[in-house]
Amino acid sequence: MSSLGTTPADGAAPATAAWVRARRKGPRRRRALITAILALAVFGLLAVNILLGSYTVSIPDFLRMLGGRGIPGASFIIMENKLPQALLGLLSGAAFGVSGAIFQSMLRNPLASPDIIGISYGASASAVAAVVLFGVRGAGVSVAAIVGALVVALLITALARGRGGTGLILIGIGAAAFMQAAVTFLLSRADIRSAQDAMVWLSGSLNSANWERVGILSLALLVLLPLTAAGSGSLNGLALGADTATGLGHNVPRARLLLTLVGVLLAALPTAAAGPIAFVAFLSGPMAKRLNGGAVSLPLAALVGAAIVLSANFAAVNAVPGISLPVGVVTGALGAPFLLWLLISSNRANLGS
Amino acid sequence: MTFQSSKPSATLSARQLSLGYGERAIVADLSLTLPAGKVTVIVGANACGKSTLLRGMARLLPPSAGVVHLNGADIHKLPTRELARELGILPQTPTAPDGITVADLVGRGRSPHQGWFRQWTADDDAAVASALNVTGTAGLAGRSIDELSGGQRQRVWIAMALAQQTQVLLLDEPTTYLDLAHQVEVLDVVSELNARRGITVAIVLHDLNLAARYADYLVAMKAGSIVAQGAPGEVLTAELVREVFGLESVVVPDPVVGTPMVVPMGRRAALLADAAASKLSSQTVTESVRA
Repeated sequence: MSSLGTTPADGAAPATAAWVRARRKGPRRRRALITAILALAVFGLLAVNILLGSYTVSIPDFLRMLGGRGIPGASFIIMENKLPQALLGLLSGAAFGVSGAIFQSMLRNPLASPDIIGISYGASASAVAAVVLFGVRGAGVSVAAIVGALVVALLITALARGRGGTGLILIGIGAAAFMQAAVTFLLSRADIRSAQDAMVWLSGSLNSANWERVGILSLALLVLLPLTAAGSGSLNGLALGADTATGLGHNVPRARLLLTLVGVLLAALPTAAAGPIAFVAFLSGPMAKRLNGGAVSLPLAALVGAAIVLSANFAAVNAVPGISLPVGVVTGALGAPFLLWLLISSNRANLGS
Repeated sequence: MTFQSSKPSATLSARQLSLGYGERAIVADLSLTLPAGKVTVIVGANACGKSTLLRGMARLLPPSAGVVHLNGADIHKLPTRELARELGILPQTPTAPDGITVADLVGRGRSPHQGWFRQWTADDDAAVASALNVTGTAGLAGRSIDELSGGQRQRVWIAMALAQQTQVLLLDEPTTYLDLAHQVEVLDVVSELNARRGITVAIVLHDLNLAARYADYLVAMKAGSIVAQGAPGEVLTAELVREVFGLESVVVPDPVVGTPMVVPMGRRAALLADAAASKLSSQTVTESVRA
């Protein structure tokens, strides 16, 4: 083994099981700490969204309202407006975050998030078509969004067969452009009022949040998040490529099917409830990865997604007095520079190696 | 699950195996048994189907006909996780997700041994430690894969495959992109491992001389079929090199260990021989004049 002494660190003592254990525990502790901090931050942002802003409530008053006591004037604004808005922001941000992280690590490319490869646009186009052409409301819009997202996902995977991850992303970007054209066409055909409604929804907005949407989304997440946890082991395998994953005993076709299905639903459901909030799915995965020292973590991605939506929503609601901007306007404005920074810094890392 | 050298070596064999991609058949009706506990090296010209054969034997590619047996059981009928505890494969030029650390990647080799109800245990730690030590990558454990040189990276991938602790290990061109020193280093690691644990190894290699040096059993392929197989000293001849690679060569004993060594002729050899001959003849002329 003398020929192995070529690396500077090879002079170190041989590894023991205890040493490996310590090595393994380090990143885990770090991840637990970051997850806890981020969870606290998300809780704080949730409270800020509910209690502060144009209409402020004290915590005791809020707790009284939660207890079912009505406070004239405040109850309606808090219970029917701010609370569902904040909860919808939390849930949709988390769902977008997990969905983005699933696709990005499964296809091994940060560009492969559902908002870039057309899956979210598929949900939008189909939801807009349902609203504008058929006058669908409520849960029907969710169904339409899910169907649209699944159809686009199916279409791009079929078209990209045998072309690898990059081929799928390019085809997805093409599909996204096509879906956008379809949305524009549908809007031009719609009457002015429903077109305006659709526009607000399309830029991603929590303004029309209500308990029905919060209920649908929380029920969906209650089913989908355990499924995601079940698939996260396979995700770690798939991130190494199909061959290595198979060699490590992962059932690659089954894992891909499950994760794609979960990822599509996690993108489509919040899109139906709050519109395609720009860049959240795309940003959460890479940000969570950086916080976690380079390793993928779905719970962290969920928290980052929730934090992005909640902070962007607070800014959107309170930035311009008297006007409540759609949250997607803020995430879009914040997301674009981040994308550039990500591209530049990752390029630099590549040059370094 | 500590290292069991007492466990009998595993046998992997292909029977009348046909493999291909879509309509394109690459390997047709091929039968091969990897000698148990030995290192088999598969050689052949580009696109002869050697990597395809290895992928087929590792169930990465479903056969269009024939079967692959591991200790008598059809590998396509075994649960994939169970198979992964017995049969390891290092694909050609594997890629890691960026930012992953060496310890994390090598640890993933343990995933077939884990499951819902069997989480990470002390055995897993021991297996990872041993894999890091054998490949000399312990000092790199905390580093990110992207920071490593090609040779270090390849050793880390081999460490991952070793952490899997399988009885059969298949390596698809593990020395690609490595300089000669690193090629020798990687093959030394594999052959030491084979000697120590008696695992059955098959390697696809390009370099005939390294193949002859490290193989107990050499398999030469051409156009999807096996042309010759056996101990390198018996099968590696100038005729075989001509048949498989279309190359004229002289096969001499390797001055270090005596295994066959292929010295290619090439067109430049003729040129150099001519030049030397003319130099020699002019020298003899002047010498004879002087005399």
